Amino acid sequence: MSRVRVVDDAVEAVADTPDGAVVLIGGFGSAGQPVELIEALIESGATGLTVVSNNAGNGDHGLAALIREGRVRKMICSFPRQSDSWCFDEKYRAGEIELELVPQGNLAERIRAAGAGIGAFFTPTGYGTPLAEGKETRHIDGRGYVLEYPLAGDLALVSAHRCDGLGNLVYRKTARNFGPIMAAAATTTVVQVREVVPVGAIDPEHVVTPGLYVDRVVPVARTLAPAGGPR
Amino acid sequence: MTGTSTAPTGIDRDMLASIVSADIPAESFVNLGIGLPTRVSNFLAPDRGVVLHTENGMLGMGPEAHGDDVDPDLVNAGKVPVTELAGASYFHHADSFAMMRGGHLDICVLGAYQVSARGDLANWHTGRPDDIPAVGGAMDLAIGARQTFVMMSLLTRDGTSKLVAECDYPLTGLGCVSRVYTDLAVFLIEPEGVVVRELFGLGFVDLAAMVDVPLVDGTGR
Repeated sequence: MSRVRVVDDAVEAVADTPDGAVVLIGGFGSAGQPVELIEALIESGATGLTVVSNNAGNGDHGLAALIREGRVRKMICSFPRQSDSWCFDEKYRAGEIELELVPQGNLAERIRAAGAGIGAFFTPTGYGTPLAEGKETRHIDGRGYVLEYPLAGDLALVSAHRCDGLGNLVYRKTARNFGPIMAAAATTTVVQVREVVPVGAIDPEHVVTPGLYVDRVVPVARTLAPAGGPR
Repeated sequence: MTGTSTAPTGIDRDMLASIVSADIPAESFVNLGIGLPTRVSNFLAPDRGVVLHTENGMLGMGPEAHGDDVDPDLVNAGKVPVTELAGASYFHHADSFAMMRGGHLDICVLGAYQVSARGDLANWHTGRPDDIPAVGGAMDLAIGARQTFVMMSLLTRDGTSKLVAECDYPLTGLGCVSRVYTDLAVFLIEPEGVVVRELFGLGFVDLAAMVDVPLVDGTGR
């Protein structure tokens, strides 16, 4: 018996998200972005959200739509400025969204630390730069470091390639990006997958995210590639 | 400092990329930044075994993907579809930046707004109040690899040197740049100061007049 629930309806899977929640959203640009779960989150009506994601949305769908609908109070990310990030640009310039800019590796390590029970860590990244202003620093063996704190979520939305009935996840290529660390860093982790396979069908050596990090799984039929399909 | 009246043309971007590629030892693990540095990959002969890292989670990145090879799950740090080479590997973001921060990459090549004589780097933000700041992996890359090379044009459009005594753009990292490859010269940031290794179409005295930083002539070494 598994604690993981397979939920066919994406809206049902995120329906209990409270206003003001901290939501970790996987993806690097469009690769690995859990678009269907984000759209379900929009439908759920939750607002005043703090979103942690590498980027601040592309085009008009997924994370960009969540921002456009005014649901995001604060964005914590490394790279909000892209040629197609007009939804974020507009809210930011209107003063309607707060931005916490974090170097990409520090963002990843803060999320990892949250899932790994680390209280804080000293990192050399950002030392001596404007992004370290006001933060505690220390010299260790002659090198400057900045103290950074964990970044935990109330909810993580992740996209994976395949899972089994126990929530064991396999990702595909660079769409893995933030999935494994976000799955571990949230109170509730919801994963959209292209395929659910029977328990035992995934070689244990190939499991990237063990099912103990996963709470709900939503099967989503997605077109994988313009041509070809899974390789 | 303003440009001289007889502005030298120097070398073009492809020539610059080929010079950088020739300085990358065989079998190195290398990260090429977005923009001009990406061009270096065009000059890395496959038989030299240089392995490209892309910080979104891959070693063994191949050339840009076209047509049927485009796969939305396989992109580089610039979100451009790419291909995988035999022997490639994938890993999550925290591992990707741990291998960078942990000093496991040999060389990182980055673009820059400015580099100081001490090797401070400014390449992530213009500092203009109307620009939305975005840093991505720039700060991690700058201080993570064992060596950080910069590729840039030496002069701004108005003829000011981007190699400076002190950066006035917001900093990306302190003392992290070891070499600066430009269209007019190659500079080595060394304990003795900034050493000019190569000149492209101008003399040392002309170069020294453009750059407001003490230079050591290393062209005869």
